[in-house]
Amino acid sequence: MFDYDFMKNALWAILLITPLFGLIGTMVVNNKLAFFSDALGHSALTGIAIGTLLGFTSPTLAMCIFAVGFAFLLNGIRSSNIASSDTVISVFSSTAVALGLVLLSRMGTFSKYSSYLIGDILAISPEELPFMAVIFIFTVFFWLFAFNKLLVTSTNASLARSRGINTGIIEYIFIIIIAMIVTISIKWVGILIINSLLILPAASARNISKNMRQYHVFSVIFSIFSGISGLVISYYADLATGPTIVLVCSAIFFITFIIRKVRF
Amino acid sequence: MSICDSGYCCTKIDNLGVVKGSDIILENVSFHIHCGQLTTIIGRNGAGKTTLIKALLGDIKHTGNIRFQNHHGREKKLRIGYVPQKLSLDENSPTSVYDLCASFLSSVPVFAVKSKRLYRTVEKKLSDFGAEKLIDKRMCDLSGGETQRVLLSLAMTPVPDILLLDEPVSGMDQEGLDTFYKKLTELKNSNDIAVVMISHDFQYVSKYSDRVILLDKTVLCNGTPEEVLSSEAFKKAFKIDLRGV
Repeated sequence: MFDYDFMKNALWAILLITPLFGLIGTMVVNNKLAFFSDALGHSALTGIAIGTLLGFTSPTLAMCIFAVGFAFLLNGIRSSNIASSDTVISVFSSTAVALGLVLLSRMGTFSKYSSYLIGDILAISPEELPFMAVIFIFTVFFWLFAFNKLLVTSTNASLARSRGINTGIIEYIFIIIIAMIVTISIKWVGILIINSLLILPAASARNISKNMRQYHVFSVIFSIFSGISGLVISYYADLATGPTIVLVCSAIFFITFIIRKVRF
Repeated sequence: MSICDSGYCCTKIDNLGVVKGSDIILENVSFHIHCGQLTTIIGRNGAGKTTLIKALLGDIKHTGNIRFQNHHGREKKLRIGYVPQKLSLDENSPTSVYDLCASFLSSVPVFAVKSKRLYRTVEKKLSDFGAEKLIDKRMCDLSGGETQRVLLSLAMTPVPDILLLDEPVSGMDQEGLDTFYKKLTELKNSNDIAVVMISHDFQYVSKYSDRVILLDKTVLCNGTPEEVLSSEAFKKAFKIDLRGV
């Protein structure tokens, strides 16, 4: 199956991106950012629409710029202690989806973009792989050098600041990374389920981990395993790859959930 | 002559004010905090106690001055140890006591490496507070008292000039409270640091505090526990609170 170029590209993309989903998912779940990252995924539609309107040849660039801007906006809302930031994030998320749909359908070319909803593994071009590699390296370096600060910040931000940690910068770099990873993966995973890939491996790992090392090892392994097995299953059974990967993730979640109930 | 003028180390809070939107949370707050003393801040709910602690931490914008003067009468940057009211860790969070402590003390990434040297350091710090056995437990599985012991050991590393505690005793039983207050007394005496805490437990406040500050937007009363707890302002403040409930 890996004789085909598109499958090779898909495998490379999965090997570069799924470990990142596993890695950053740990802190997305820890920081209760599931809703935030979901909104971010949804905003991609508006990014594509704006990119198309402005005449960008590659929608990925427009999506990246828009996602980072949108992430900053959402984070501003989240940290401004507005009584119900969930509601406000939901409002922005729905607005972004609706605006994206309206703009794309206005031009009568929505069918061209409908693959973004459920993702298409054939959409990965070899030119995108170096970009993924750069994000991979950047994320791993950030994790190695800033993880402790991120953990302390997520545990109690005032406490972190009292130890001289610049919590603002740490949080912003983290959400830029989330925005970039979500954006570059959306084409092949699909807007509808991108968030599950970010949340499920970490949520599964949480069920059976006692410390940060186990949490990370399990989360990354679950993520890579789901990615590769999902790709293989979808190839032989002729299914959409993104949703197949998510189904494998869900199965792992339920297994670990039962283990947790039995063990603890 | 106040102790601040006589060469002891002291923190002077002068005319501190905090405004949130159009609300005045704190205004004209002035008092001194002395080393080797336990100063307790009391006040009704919404009196601005936590805001005051956050202002001292430098965590929120405020007007007025906070100046620290060391034993030699020289002004220097204040080093603060902080024990927050609670941590945002939900049930099932896989952050172990070692993970949290090591993240504070070192930049060796705790998700990748469990350093033996660091493990021993953390264990030793925790043992000062009788918490060394907790090192491999998850933070979310600790009781209120155990969490406070871990947080205290963190706040005391390195030894600060001031230890700030935001309602640390909520959820602690009688025995835990006694042990906790005795530990604070020992800390302030042996390290000669100033301890400032928010508390609602007046029985313990009067037994262990050196000074009590009654706060409601501003300092209503400031003195020894006997002076403050028998003052008119104290009776008025807590009667209003009870009626409100």
